[in-house]
Amino acid sequence: MEEEIEPRILAFLCQWCGYQGADMAGTSRLKYPPSIVSILVPCSGRIKIAHVLEALTKFEGVLIAGCHVPSDCHYINGNFKCLNRVALLKKILEQMGIDPARVRLEWISATEGRKFARVVGEFNQELKELGPLNLAHTNKNDSISLPGVK
Amino acid sequence: MESFLRKDQEKLGVFVCHCGRNIAATVDTKRVVEEILKHPAVVHAEDYDYVCSDPGQALIEKAIMEKRLTGVVVAACSPSLHETTFRETVKRAGLNTYKCEIANIREQDSWVHEDREKATEKAVKLTKSAVEKVIRNEALRPVKVGLYKKALVIGGGIAGIRAALDIADAGFPVVLVERKPTIGGHMAQLAETFPTLDCASCILTPLMSAVAHHPNIKVLTLSEIVDVEGYLGNFHVCIKKHPRYVEPDKCNLCNECGNVCPVAVSSEFDEGLSLRKAIYIPFPQAVPSSYVIDINACLGTSPLICGKCAEPEVCGPQAVNFDDQEEIIKENFGVIIVATGYELYNPTNLGEYGADVYPDVITSLQFERLLSPSGPTGGIPKRPSDEEIPKKIAFIHCAGSRDERHQPYCSHICCTYSAKHALLFKELVPDAEIHSFYIDIRAVGKNYEDFIRRVQEETGIHYTRGKVSRIYEQNGKVKIFGVDTLLDKRIELEVDMAVLALPMVPVPDIQDLASKMRIQIDGNNFLQELHPKLHPVESATSGIFLAGVAQSPKDIQDTVAQASACASKALGILTQEKISHIPTVATVDEEDCSGCSFCISVCPYGAIKLVDGKALVEEVLCEGCGICVSTCPSGVIDLRNHTDEQVSFMIRALAGEI
Repeated sequence: MEEEIEPRILAFLCQWCGYQGADMAGTSRLKYPPSIVSILVPCSGRIKIAHVLEALTKFEGVLIAGCHVPSDCHYINGNFKCLNRVALLKKILEQMGIDPARVRLEWISATEGRKFARVVGEFNQELKELGPLNLAHTNKNDSISLPGVK
Repeated sequence: MESFLRKDQEKLGVFVCHCGRNIAATVDTKRVVEEILKHPAVVHAEDYDYVCSDPGQALIEKAIMEKRLTGVVVAACSPSLHETTFRETVKRAGLNTYKCEIANIREQDSWVHEDREKATEKAVKLTKSAVEKVIRNEALRPVKVGLYKKALVIGGGIAGIRAALDIADAGFPVVLVERKPTIGGHMAQLAETFPTLDCASCILTPLMSAVAHHPNIKVLTLSEIVDVEGYLGNFHVCIKKHPRYVEPDKCNLCNECGNVCPVAVSSEFDEGLSLRKAIYIPFPQAVPSSYVIDINACLGTSPLICGKCAEPEVCGPQAVNFDDQEEIIKENFGVIIVATGYELYNPTNLGEYGADVYPDVITSLQFERLLSPSGPTGGIPKRPSDEEIPKKIAFIHCAGSRDERHQPYCSHICCTYSAKHALLFKELVPDAEIHSFYIDIRAVGKNYEDFIRRVQEETGIHYTRGKVSRIYEQNGKVKIFGVDTLLDKRIELEVDMAVLALPMVPVPDIQDLASKMRIQIDGNNFLQELHPKLHPVESATSGIFLAGVAQSPKDIQDTVAQASACASKALGILTQEKISHIPTVATVDEEDCSGCSFCISVCPYGAIKLVDGKALVEEVLCEGCGICVSTCPSGVIDLRNHTDEQVSFMIRALAGEI
């Protein structure tokens, strides 16, 4: 068993829902681990896969919080764009030998401070169990398998 | 330390707020100042009690001028609160508003963490991330765009009526959309209003008439919102108008049609205590002043089954029109006010009180109808079961309110209206014995406490503090079981009639409407205001305002005040010649654009088009979501002041690498 780490989490929070939900957690004085830091994005659909990958070189996990599907997105359907990209990203992470659970997508509304605090607590615990993310040592044995190719 | 662009040109000031003890108790603000001063772009940093106060803002202005700062970071509360405040501050000192960024070290730091060391470390990272962002912010000015100088008001109750009149009186056109066949809402059903006992109709019906005759107001009844697109100043709304089957201009309210109509169904206006015909007028003062056919109750118009109401000897003016069609109306508006009101919580959810089983266990709105001179019993309160005048009556407060099994919130008006009911009932039945079961008496409006006292003195009402556990009817009597929590004693009481004060709940499809407008609802399904104190009538979508019980349970006074506040906010927009559109829009590096048009297919606003094989962003239409930025396979689209480079540097700062 490796030594327990205090996982660092980067959160991309959409300005209409996720960020406001995080603010609501604050207004309600709910407590969650201080290892999370956030970047405000206009919409979860703004987040590039490259940003998340860059974050994973410096953080143990990435949380993305946007407006509830199907129809809460302030920009009509940016949340769906994000949903699809995260699905793709998780495939990429698998190929790289990184546990896809290190990226967590949540729909958190402006009133869901409680949910935000709960999600951060849960995610923190999950990342603790996953341990440190050592990119140099991921995927050392697995050969990348292409779909349909033996 | 990372090198970064423009570090020689940028001179930043950082202001760390204590927010009294809100931040300073958990974050060592002095250390944040020390750490941030190590950043090569930061030439000035200080901490202060309340940076948002006048002297606090003066510190920022002074530093900008004396040290010729090029940008400012304020580490304080959430940008939702004071970003605008501080951006105006830097503007006064000559900086562009976008050269100010906020580090949120209160809501997302000091309030949610307890470990001072870690909260301080986090504050430093958040502040550095804001520094990295602001040095890469462009100085931008808002794009000016035109607007539709017209308001849409959704909901024709007292809130919608007040808001529509205020806007129309100021000279702007209003479309008032109401789902039911008449405007007026629940207030039209009320007998008298607390605490002054003004007759509700005497207040409301002149306002309804004013709406009907106002040259600036168009009323669309039987109408619903299908779709809302666009943004502040330029909302494109699609409204569905259901057929009325009676032409209001021709209808002379003679009721000959009602006389011949063979179908009788329960009256919504009388809360099921009387019957109405399939062709009917909800109440005599309805606006529009016209009959309407309830097509679900009517025997049929297509094919025509009965058609008696349309016969020439019945409807002289030939107002009945079976060919009336559903209409789709598309209009543009600058602002929208949502005032969709409430319904009473369905009493069948309270099985233990038996409101759906026992005729003499009724809702408070039914009791209003029994007290109303225009009601089903002509203002003489008679029991529904046997039409006897009840002598002994019980009011059950919090019948579902402040109850985790039903609605956890206080419905705000029930204590006072139950007292009003007691008073009106006592006036009509002087020898009545009145009981009231309550949890707490919450009579919180102006003069309400005096009113409660007056009711106690004049009616001899027996207030029992305690929850009723069960109600049933036996041998023509309503038996009430409960507990008196002050005397710690079980209660058994026999009365002639019981009145349930049910919770006010938002209309059932509020979530659907909220989604269409991209506004949010709270945990109890009420519409969510942007901020309870700074923006109490604004929704999260600019240009959409909230009034009345749709936002939270409230009385008529508060509803009207909120409606006027909405109108005032709306007029603040409608009176402008141009409104500002955000300049933080997408930009394309045309040279390297491949013309693939992927950005065009993902843009929710149709703001991008291909010109000479290159993507071009129409700034006025762009809402700055950045979806195109993350889609562009060539990486040539970026978002002003939220560039990929900025995101990357923020990630590094938050990782502690800068």
